[in-house]
Amino acid sequence: MKKEAAKSLRAFAIELAIYAVFVIGYFFLVLHLLGEWLYHLEAQRRILYAVVALLLIAGQAVALDAVTTLLFRLLRGRWR
Amino acid sequence: MFFPISNAHINPIYLAVVGFLIGILGGFFGVGGSFIAGPALRLMGVDWNYAVGTDLAHIVGKSIVAARQHRTLGNVDLRLGFIMAFGTIGGAEAGAQLIQALKRAGNVNTVVSFVAIVVYFGIAVFMLWESQKTLRSHKKRSPKQSAARGAQLKVDHSAFHPVTQMIQRIKIWPMVDLPVSGIRQISLWTILLVAFVGGLFSGFLGGGAGYIRMPSMVYVLGVPTHLAVGTDLFEIVISASYGTFSHAVKGNVDILIALVMHTGAVIGAQIGVVATQYFAGPKIRLAFVPLPLIGVAIVVYTLVTGHKL
Repeated sequence: MKKEAAKSLRAFAIELAIYAVFVIGYFFLVLHLLGEWLYHLEAQRRILYAVVALLLIAGQAVALDAVTTLLFRLLRGRWR
Repeated sequence: MFFPISNAHINPIYLAVVGFLIGILGGFFGVGGSFIAGPALRLMGVDWNYAVGTDLAHIVGKSIVAARQHRTLGNVDLRLGFIMAFGTIGGAEAGAQLIQALKRAGNVNTVVSFVAIVVYFGIAVFMLWESQKTLRSHKKRSPKQSAARGAQLKVDHSAFHPVTQMIQRIKIWPMVDLPVSGIRQISLWTILLVAFVGGLFSGFLGGGAGYIRMPSMVYVLGVPTHLAVGTDLFEIVISASYGTFSHAVKGNVDILIALVMHTGAVIGAQIGVVATQYFAGPKIRLAFVPLPLIGVAIVVYTLVTGHKL
C-alpha cells in the first residue's frame, strides 16, 4: 500500500514538473501573443470578446484536461 | 506580468497557486470557490467588478475539468443538471433585481450582509449536526457491515432522510424520474425551486452559491453526496457561462487572468475529484462545514472594517 502511494506521488511530482514547463511556455508564447488582440477586442467589440472569452476558457479546459490525463496515464504506466 | 484589460500587474505563479487551491475545493465539494478567488484578486489590486467577472470565467474552465472527471466516475446526473440550470439562471436574475431594489432603498450592504451571515451560519450548523448524527448512527452498525463499507462509499446515508422522503412524495405535476440519482419520482417544481433559491443567493450574495446548492441537492432532493458534487459542477458550467457572457459584455472580465488562474485549477480539480473516491458522503458533508463559515468571516470582516475584501 505504501509502495503504491509512493509510486503515485512520484508520478504526480513528475507530471507536475512537466506540466509546469508546458504552462510557463504557454504563459510567454500564447498569452503574450493573444494579450494585445484581446485588449483591443474588449475595448471595441464586447459581444465578440464575450464569445471569444468563453471559447478560450472552455478550449483551454478541454486541452489541459487532455494533457494532464495523458501525462498521468503515461507516467502511471511507466512506474507500474 | 501585466494584464492590460484590467490594467493590473500580477505574478502569474500567484494566480496559478490560487487557481490550484480553488480547483481542489471545487473538485472535492462541487463549489465554485468565489469566496477565495474574489478576495485573492482584490488583494492584487484588481477592481471589484473585474474580480467578480473574471472569477466567473475561471469557474467555467475549472468546472468543465472537474465535471468531466466526475462524469468518468459516474457522478453526474445530466438530466438533473440541465433542469437545474434553468432555475439557477432565473434565480440569479431575480437576485440581481433584488439587489437593485435594495440599492434604491439605500440599505443594500446591511441587508445582504446580515442575510449572508444567517444563511451561511445556518448551513454550517445544520450540516455539522446532520453529518455527525449520520456518522454516529453508522458506527453503531455491525462490524460485518462496516467491512463492506469501503465498496459502498457512494451509498449515502443521512439523518435528514425522512424529511427528504416527505419532500419527494409531494405530487405536483409534472413529475420526473432521475434514475442516475436513484430518485424514482420528484416534482419538476421542487427541482426548479431548489435551483431558483440557489440562483437567487448567487445573484444576491455573489459567486456561484455552491455552498447552498450542493447541500440543498442532498437534503431537499435526496441526491447522493457524490452525485450532488458532480451534478452541481456540471450545472455550474452552464450557469457560470451565462454569467461570464453577461459580465464580459458589461466589460467586467479579464480573460487573460482567468486563463492563467485556470492552469493551476486544472491540476487542483483533478486532485479534488480523485479525493472524493476515498470519502463517504457524510464525511464529505462534515468537511464542507468550514466553507460557509469562511463566508461568514469574510462578511463580518467587511461589516466591521467597512472594506470589501
